Amino acid sequence: MVKRAAGGAHYGLRDWLMQRVSAVAMALFTLAVTGFLLSHRPLRFADWQALFQPHWMRLLTLLFFLSLYLHAWVGVRDILMDYIKPTLLRLGLHVAAMLALAAYAIWTAQILWSF
Amino acid sequence: MRFSIYRYNPETDAQPYMQDYELDIAPAGKMLLDAILLIKEQDESLSVRRSCREGVCGSDAMNINGRNGLACVTPLASLKQPITLRPLPGLPVIRDLIVDMEPFFRQYRSIKPYLINDDPEPEIERLQSPAERAELDGLYECILCGACSTACPSFWWNPDKFVGPAGLLQAYRFIADSRDQAINERLDHLEDPYRLFRCHGIMSCVEVCPKGLNPTEAIGKIKGLLVKRTV
Repeated sequence: MVKRAAGGAHYGLRDWLMQRVSAVAMALFTLAVTGFLLSHRPLRFADWQALFQPHWMRLLTLLFFLSLYLHAWVGVRDILMDYIKPTLLRLGLHVAAMLALAAYAIWTAQILWSF
Repeated sequence: MRFSIYRYNPETDAQPYMQDYELDIAPAGKMLLDAILLIKEQDESLSVRRSCREGVCGSDAMNINGRNGLACVTPLASLKQPITLRPLPGLPVIRDLIVDMEPFFRQYRSIKPYLINDDPEPEIERLQSPAERAELDGLYECILCGACSTACPSFWWNPDKFVGPAGLLQAYRFIADSRDQAINERLDHLEDPYRLFRCHGIMSCVEVCPKGLNPTEAIGKIKGLLVKRTV
């Protein structure tokens, strides 16, 4: 391969925007759950379990975790892009991070709908 | 006053080293560059770039007590002793305080720092309204000293791919210019995970700019334009 610098991959905006939007989604969910925790002191297990009984709450929680994984994907990828110079190694680590985050997402869904 | 200055002559030194200097100088009203020139009279092997000595040419950017700045506009009295001088970080050292600015200027050239306008040239000049001209304030004043880009960790890690704060400030200077016709090509060329989006907004560039400019704000406006044309 030639050693010339090539730019213009045309996807930086999408990831940057995704990171911003997912941050807002996570902040809203965190505020809501913090509000629940503050209004249920001392917290009983029954309350905590009741919170996750409705389907919409499980869906919102899943959305929160998906936002977290997308946010983490952009962040981890940024770190790899900064510090891992060999292209093949970087690609391998990108794939590893993607697979791990995809596994976490499936695991999260499994936990949320398993009780 | 006590100074500790980075020395490296690739022809004779295996490693860079710090050399101490003592200078009998009253700091009141004097700039750091005055002291450096007096030290150079003591030891003429000390190499440094300078030209206008009043903060216009941008030649004497260096790392002063750990912070990038122009020696010619840094008051001596404001500095803690020993005053530690190093070359700009992240660029290859040619000798002592002189760095090779080529990676910096290569990125600057990559943003096409000139007006692109294919209309026939008017008789006199391409006119702008006062409001259009005001859009360029805070952008055109850049003297390309390199203090900002070499204070930016993203530029340290990827000087060959990330345009850097100085280059991006100038990119926005031409994107914002009402006389330029290549805004979409310019945005296309920046919409890249490395060229623009290595900026994470830590604002080191704003902190060190000797002209008080704000590259982070300009980068934010480029991102805003990209969002606007996409969604």
